[in-house]
Amino acid sequence: MEITLNNRPESINKDQISVSELLKVKNYTFKMLVIKVNGKLIKKDAYSSYIINNSDDVTVLHLVSGG
Amino acid sequence: MTNLELRIMTFEEIKSKLKDLTVGIAGAGGLGSNCAVALARVGVGKIIISDFDIVYESNLNRQYFFKDQIGLRKVDALKENIKRINPDVEIVDNYIKLDENNIIEIYKDCDVIVEAFDLAEMKKMLIETCLTELPDKPVVVGIGMAGFGESNSISFRQSENLYICGDEKSEVSDENPPLAPRVGIVANMQANAVLEILLS
Repeated sequence: MEITLNNRPESINKDQISVSELLKVKNYTFKMLVIKVNGKLIKKDAYSSYIINNSDDVTVLHLVSGG
Repeated sequence: MTNLELRIMTFEEIKSKLKDLTVGIAGAGGLGSNCAVALARVGVGKIIISDFDIVYESNLNRQYFFKDQIGLRKVDALKENIKRINPDVEIVDNYIKLDENNIIEIYKDCDVIVEAFDLAEMKKMLIETCLTELPDKPVVVGIGMAGFGESNSISFRQSENLYICGDEKSEVSDENPPLAPRVGIVANMQANAVLEILLS
């Protein structure tokens, strides 16, 4: 399937994928993340249950300290 | 509105539009103090600033404070500095530690919210709170600005109402300190995003 990940087109070799699987596939191993799918915030406790489908728009924001 | 249309506004037109608008800034450290000063210079009508810290000597390598302000509350020192730059700006200052509840109360009537915390968990808290409780509010965040050099690593992107400024990777540490140039770039990039939002 084709999704948009952080404003870029991304091919995933599956028909659907959970948020945690996507993080694994894309090697996002960071602890402090904010994730949105189609504009909706996905909280950490829903990462394994929330399913990303074809043409979904996913934003992964990796938070680091500094300011 | 395209960038080209934005660019043909005169400064008078820009000021007259900005004077009725309110920007909320969460944190008055490296990002917040510099962003607030940039917005005050161009004439944003009202700025709501919240911070619970005081000025330390170690802040002076990047934050918009002066040596004789060490020990003052950051919100008080920043208000004083902004008044010297542009006394027409109304500053609402809150000496308070922001959390999930008071963020909404303090910033719900702002036209834009600027995330200007230092700690990653505070950034996350603000972003998640705004996305959940104030989903229509534009939020401009600053993420990743430690060290020096590598100006091209700092970028800007938008995800619906979330506007992200910074390199999104460099984390502050003893070996990778936050310094005026890169912190200033991100703070001014945030101010620039605020203008783009307010003037479109």
